[in-house]
Amino acid sequence: MPNYAYIVLIPLLPLAAFVLLGLFGRRYFRRSSGMIGTALLLVATGLALWVAYGYFFDWGKLNGAYQRIIALDAPWLSFSPGLSIDMSIVLDPISVMMIVVVTFVSLMVHIFSLGYMKGEERFATYYAFLGLFTFSMLGLVLSGNIFETYIFWELVGCSSFLLIGYYYDRPTAVAAAKKAFIVTRFADLGFLIGILILSFHAGTLDFRMLIQRLTEPGPQLASITGASFLGISLLSWGLVLVFVGGAGKSALFPLHIWLPDAMEGPTPVSALIHAATMVVAGVYLVARLYPVYAYAGPAVLNVVLYVGALSAFLAAIIACTQTDIKRVLAYSTMSQIGYMMFALGTWHRGGEAAGLGYTASMFHLFTHAFFKALLFLCAGVIIHRVHSNEMKDMGGLRRLLPLTHGCFLIACLAIAGVPPFSGFFSKEEILLAAWHANKLVYGIGLFTSGLTAFYMFRLYFSVFWGKEGGESGHLAGGAGSSAGHSHDRHSEGPVSMKIPLVMLALGALFAGFVPFSRLVTYNGRPEETHGIGVFAIAPVTLALVGVFIAGFMYRKEGDRPARAAAAFGGLYRFAYHKFYIDEIYSFITKKIIFNLIGRPAAWIDRNMVDGVMNLLATVTARISAGIKGFQSGKVQDYALYFFTGIAGLAVLFIYIYT
Amino acid sequence: MNQVPLSHILFVSTALFFIGMYGLFTRRNMITMLMSVELILNSVNINFVAFNKYLYPDKLEGVFFTLFIIAIAAAEAAVAIAIIINLYRNLHSIDVEATDEMKF
Repeated sequence: MPNYAYIVLIPLLPLAAFVLLGLFGRRYFRRSSGMIGTALLLVATGLALWVAYGYFFDWGKLNGAYQRIIALDAPWLSFSPGLSIDMSIVLDPISVMMIVVVTFVSLMVHIFSLGYMKGEERFATYYAFLGLFTFSMLGLVLSGNIFETYIFWELVGCSSFLLIGYYYDRPTAVAAAKKAFIVTRFADLGFLIGILILSFHAGTLDFRMLIQRLTEPGPQLASITGASFLGISLLSWGLVLVFVGGAGKSALFPLHIWLPDAMEGPTPVSALIHAATMVVAGVYLVARLYPVYAYAGPAVLNVVLYVGALSAFLAAIIACTQTDIKRVLAYSTMSQIGYMMFALGTWHRGGEAAGLGYTASMFHLFTHAFFKALLFLCAGVIIHRVHSNEMKDMGGLRRLLPLTHGCFLIACLAIAGVPPFSGFFSKEEILLAAWHANKLVYGIGLFTSGLTAFYMFRLYFSVFWGKEGGESGHLAGGAGSSAGHSHDRHSEGPVSMKIPLVMLALGALFAGFVPFSRLVTYNGRPEETHGIGVFAIAPVTLALVGVFIAGFMYRKEGDRPARAAAAFGGLYRFAYHKFYIDEIYSFITKKIIFNLIGRPAAWIDRNMVDGVMNLLATVTARISAGIKGFQSGKVQDYALYFFTGIAGLAVLFIYIYT
Repeated sequence: MNQVPLSHILFVSTALFFIGMYGLFTRRNMITMLMSVELILNSVNINFVAFNKYLYPDKLEGVFFTLFIIAIAAAEAAVAIAIIINLYRNLHSIDVEATDEMKF
């Protein structure tokens, strides 16, 4: 067996960047830290691509199926002979696919940030955090042990917290970072309990053993399905709790509230963490445990299915009403992740389409990473140029930012599912899987894909079209019209900001042609691509209708959007305020939890717990005050006590012994 | 030869002990207090010698203990006088009432 230990370098190189820049960056590499981080990551990316090429086309297959290769396995904590936490690196189709996505998008973001974050006070710190994030994310996808996954899971949450709160002098960014941390922490509690339930009954933490023992008849399976809580077997509970953890990280309804606020972080960070990589960790986790989910049957998968579909639908509606460009993209991310999730929930209810949802979900994850990262980086260029996040401050930018315009258009077409862009292929597969599984979810998915096209092109037309002529001059006028010419030439930023756009645009264009069903399947065996053909007519038509309506409403500035909003009335307001979910949360926390639990607990703490301590202290103080008079400092007093004691003892002994 | 009974000797030593104790509690002069302590020690010495002679005439432990106590009393007197001299240098007094710094 060949030695794959070098694969450990892929996560370790970003870690090296983190340590180097985190410890010495501010002092020694103030300027060069960006280049150092990027160079290390470039090596890691090259390595990842090479590994992926080798895995998929050279040494990955065994008897026609992609095998699971353990590249590294270091025992770390062994509790008992059977139960240990190992630090392992596992290669299988989805982890290899993910390391390519993570390293590639991360590299693009590193390069983009060279221009975007230039001149920032904490430039080195920023790159250190990016390195930490990339390391943790790679560790997460490569881990072969559920507890190892959990460790990296928390690490990505931590680096996400650090990067959202990067502008720590802004109160909103600090609040957003805290919100993201706390919400995902609640979800992670579910994940942890899920891990404990599953591993307690399976008696192992290793993914392969866990899956094997929980899907094949044996004592472990009997114990977990035999035990039940509230009438539902512990297997289902464990899986649902793990899914709750995934839903928190992946911003699914109703744990999505942190994601839009997380847009307070720097835009490249949003592209990397909150669009392409970290937020799909939940999808990845469910995919990792997929055989167990499939075995546990429709009850658990229905949770996955409906939560995913509901998130996709609600987020798409909210996205239609938001005016902050990054928030629109955030809700769009949530919607697309909903797609991936419900694709995973479609298992086994379609006969010949079994496993189609799994491939479709992973495929959409892959393509989504490219076009959503591209959308965010384009938004970064636009925000860099306009110095505002609000769509009403933009408009008519297509002449000023021709390259960004082109890339944004490609990404919009891709996410809208217009052939032959990448999103088309993956979304078709998801809808096909949904068609076989559940007609209701198929309908939701279809309608949502129309909405997706609408809100993306609403964004596109309001940013790049709309206000014409004079407005764009006004925008350029910010830098002074005398210097206007040279400023215009560089208006899209330095070349380091353009390269990633072009690379990701190529990805968004061509990622759809990757024969995914031959590479990534739930059992490792390549499958034939399902013909799309006639089936694609409905979604594509809907998408085009969405594009057309958006063009009709937003291409020229006018009162059409306002009239449409008025026509929808209450629904529009409801969606504009994000269905008041944030308000519900704050009502529950501030009015109910704080009043019913927080305040009584604080009262008990202040009066009863502190009271006992104060009582002890007071009693001690009183007694000491009473007896301190004995220590008078007079030698003869002491001698008197001494002799009194001796006399007392003498009397006592005489009394006892006679 | 008519021996003096043991009880007589114990009377002497007890008297000596309580005289020493009285001096220790009533005198304020540290030198006098030291002398009172020596009286107490000597009453103990008398007890040792007397018990040795009357109860175990063929043994010597009591006598040797007395010798030890005399040696220790000498050392103790040296230490005590050194302390008293130092106190006098600081306080210009050897009145025991003056040394009440070490209180709460």
